[in-house]
Amino acid sequence: MIGVIEYGLGNIGSILNMFKKVGLPCRLVSTPEEILECDKLLLPGVGHFDRGMTELRSRGLEDAMNRAVFDQGASLLGICLGMQLLLEGSDEGVEPGLGWIKGWAHKFPSDLEDHGVNLKIPHMGWTDVEVQPNTKMFRDWEDECRFYFVHAYYAAPTDPSVVAGKSWYGMDFVCSMEQGNVMGAQFHPEKSHKMGMRYLQNVFGD
Amino acid sequence: MSLGTRAKRLPRVIPVLLVKGHGLTKTVGFKEGKYIGDAVNAVRIFNEKEVDEIMILDIEASLEKRGPRNTFIREIASEAFMPLGYGGGITTIEEIETLFKGGVEKVCLNSVCYSNPTLVTEAARIFGSQSILASVDVRKQLLRGYRLFSSSGSVAQPVGLVDHLKRMEDAGVGEIVINSIDRDGQMKGYDLELIKIASEAVSVPVVALGGAGAVDHFVEATKAGASAVAAGSFFVFFGKHRAVLITYPGRAELKKAFA
Repeated sequence: MIGVIEYGLGNIGSILNMFKKVGLPCRLVSTPEEILECDKLLLPGVGHFDRGMTELRSRGLEDAMNRAVFDQGASLLGICLGMQLLLEGSDEGVEPGLGWIKGWAHKFPSDLEDHGVNLKIPHMGWTDVEVQPNTKMFRDWEDECRFYFVHAYYAAPTDPSVVAGKSWYGMDFVCSMEQGNVMGAQFHPEKSHKMGMRYLQNVFGD
Repeated sequence: MSLGTRAKRLPRVIPVLLVKGHGLTKTVGFKEGKYIGDAVNAVRIFNEKEVDEIMILDIEASLEKRGPRNTFIREIASEAFMPLGYGGGITTIEEIETLFKGGVEKVCLNSVCYSNPTLVTEAARIFGSQSILASVDVRKQLLRGYRLFSSSGSVAQPVGLVDHLKRMEDAGVGEIVINSIDRDGQMKGYDLELIKIASEAVSVPVVALGGAGAVDHFVEATKAGASAVAAGSFFVFFGKHRAVLITYPGRAELKKAFA
């Protein structure tokens, strides 16, 4: 059973709709006990880095997530802010992140350009992803790969071996990470049509 | 796929669907609505066509002084596997929260931007700028220039175009949809002067709406400064007799036009 972690941030409605469409059983989990009952977890998140970490800590969810992922071997996918929370910290705030993946989230510089045109921040829209085919999330992915993004900060993991996908928005950036059972997507698979469906199947299907 | 030689980014191309009753309508100059079909079914078709994003506007809500129809919107959201925006009759933070919980990503504020601008500021602070849009309906008048209207074009607002746009940017909206009432349903092209004024006035993305009838019009709008392009008639009518047919340009066609 996939537990979608409810901690006051994130578009839970879209994620539940998408899991229903894909046919993957899921439930909302909002307490440590519920998290520990799941073998698969999804950490959504739209909003401020510090607010995300503060909510996870004040609700006692960080410890439960740690135990579920590292003691019980549950897989976890962080989406958007949920992926950035996997890192050690972010330029956006002062709170330490979960620190499961070494690295930091940085803000996009304001002078990014595409063919001479200034690119606005946040990066919002559909962008191609260059995939690492030897990952679980992008296995057997040879055709078109593009996803919907909305973000002003990007993940910069220290270890290149965790990079599962890269995109370009006036600069190259890491848009998805995979470190064993800990995974992250900067884009929104729940809002990315068939490509999002396939992605969630790869991550959460058997 | 290699990122080595990068094609130019395509702007977001957004169908805007107008809700009247429980069906979809398409207006001309904000009047004479023509019935288009069932909303959920239309969203399903757009989903199949893998549209970039979709926006649903309830054009009766503010006129009827009521909030969003949540059951109906949830039904639409359950079939929308692309980013979904909703606008119409929103006046409170609670209404916005309910919409987000129901599967909507972005809300479009219009009439409330004039009647209660502090709500816009509060909404952007609580939910983040990326999810709060202002939509601005504009009519060009012979002697007075561009004038703003709310409640589906029925109430004239005294504030000037540029002042209002800057006020919305200061309030924290993430995007501004600029809609030409005169061009609505004409399919002869956007009001490029209006788009230019708007995109020079603010640094947040401007979404052009009103008048698109061809992919070339999208190109013109982005050249005038629009960051994204939206349309109604272009996606629901086909041919000179305006037969109802849902279409969406393919990526190859867009890439060619924007090359």
